[in-house]
Amino acid sequence: MSASDRARTWALGIWSAAALLFLFIPVFLIALFSFNDNRGRFNFTWQGFTLEHWKHPFADPDLTKALENSLLIAAITTVVAVLLGTLLAVALTRYRFRGQGAAGFFVFLPMATPEVVLGASLLAMFLVMGIDTGFWTIAIAHVMFTVSYVVVTVRARLEGMDPYIEEAAQDLGAGVWTAFWKVTLPMIAPGVVAAGVLAAAISIDDYVVTSFNAGQTQTFPLYIFGSTRQGVPPEVNVLGTMLLLAVLVLMGLNLLAQKALARRDRGRAEEPPAIPAAGPSAVTG
Amino acid sequence: MGLTLSQRRRLVPWMFAIPGLLWLILFFAIPLANQAQVSLLSGDPEAGYTLTWAFDTYTHAIADYKEQFLRSFLYAGAATAIDLVIAFPLAYFMAYKAGRWRNLMLLLVVLPFFMSYVLRTVAWQLILADNGWVVERLRDVGLVSEGGRVLATGPAVVAGIAYNFLPFMVLPLYVALERIDRRFVEAATDLYASHATAFRKVTLPLAIPGIFAGSLLVFIPACGDFINAALLGTSRQYMIGNVVQSKFLNVLDYPTAAALSFILMTVILIGIVIYSRLLGTRNLTEAAT
Repeated sequence: MSASDRARTWALGIWSAAALLFLFIPVFLIALFSFNDNRGRFNFTWQGFTLEHWKHPFADPDLTKALENSLLIAAITTVVAVLLGTLLAVALTRYRFRGQGAAGFFVFLPMATPEVVLGASLLAMFLVMGIDTGFWTIAIAHVMFTVSYVVVTVRARLEGMDPYIEEAAQDLGAGVWTAFWKVTLPMIAPGVVAAGVLAAAISIDDYVVTSFNAGQTQTFPLYIFGSTRQGVPPEVNVLGTMLLLAVLVLMGLNLLAQKALARRDRGRAEEPPAIPAAGPSAVTG
Repeated sequence: MGLTLSQRRRLVPWMFAIPGLLWLILFFAIPLANQAQVSLLSGDPEAGYTLTWAFDTYTHAIADYKEQFLRSFLYAGAATAIDLVIAFPLAYFMAYKAGRWRNLMLLLVVLPFFMSYVLRTVAWQLILADNGWVVERLRDVGLVSEGGRVLATGPAVVAGIAYNFLPFMVLPLYVALERIDRRFVEAATDLYASHATAFRKVTLPLAIPGIFAGSLLVFIPACGDFINAALLGTSRQYMIGNVVQSKFLNVLDYPTAAALSFILMTVILIGIVIYSRLLGTRNLTEAAT
């Protein structure tokens, strides 16, 4: 590696570190200010360290209710969107049918539509139909705009798969659902899990679409936005940080599980084959 | 049940597709169609609205909110450009130089997503506060005048948008760069192209799908965003999203809000087509996935 190459790599590395730092500065600040012994309504200046807010993160019943709603809506959204999106992705990649191109484009459209438009349109329809907005309309809206992300994520996984594998299962007597359940699904499982994480993350964090379809129901982001005028209470920082930590722990567990699975697979591959392998390798080996 | 095997096989993909498609038809397509109709109503919140095919709502909406439209595209465009500049070297480093740090870096890019978006934007209020460290330093070097502020200005809103959507630029760029066969670049340098030429003639053209996808993923949500303008700006920095939201939820002027939504969507779709022609991307959906 020449000197100029090394200088280039260093420059890129420093730039990358700075960019990552930029991404994390607000995150650090939020975590830091969850320990702030703030007086008055605003939590904007550092006034000393305290664990008080961490001891009573659920002190505010409105905030707790809002977080509860967010978690519940995210759970419902994830299950429904993953179910609908995975089936849709399978249809769009594993089969050929008339109108497939149009269906694919239609599924892509919600991602190309700004969230204000999605939220406002849905609210207009609920108003026309005389449906009261609230918990369930938020969940409906979240499923609607996360399905496309699920489709994209699962599709990416499906595209690398052997195109004849379901046919093989069906030729061996499996029904369509058995083939899907026993062959397709286990193969795309990591993609489905990733899609679920994505759907949950988008749902739990959404403000724009939710603000249109929430009615009197509060969610975590709505509560935070609403409290900006009177000052965001430090309990919000605590709960936000807790959510982030929970995600980190889940990611860590997932990593450990994957490592364990990989080790098991490797263990199996190293087991001596039941039938002695004959052929050139046996001869040379 | 009276169906031949081939008929049943033809129904299979529909069985898989219909639940999802139905959801999108009910809660995406029909609301949009309804919204088109709403935009042509006239009347007022007290007396109610009737369909009068009032196309002049559109011309009035454009005339009244030209400024917010232009500002939305300007802010979103500026944020997209900033993100491209920040993200490209980062994605390049992750794809070719990071080695065993690559997965950790990917994790770090995604992780801020799991801290609430609104909360992160509130944190920017704190960072850019008038007596905060950042603004003091900017005053020291003369970028901000004595007594001048950063919060409640256009640059603050652009910074907030650029910050919030940066990961959407990094990920597609990384995927596109990672996919490039490095032997093409080696071939170019073997044939005496300088590093700069090899980058310009080989790496950059092959990274175009990533640039396209990343730009869309930043620009589209940025155009409709109203959180950054609401928290980091004032009504003088309001974007079209702020107008739609207030028309819909506060003023209850549904036709104008609907017309504004459609104008925004149309401009964005036209913009996507032009941009894809400029970059020579053949398939929109292909680039987006």
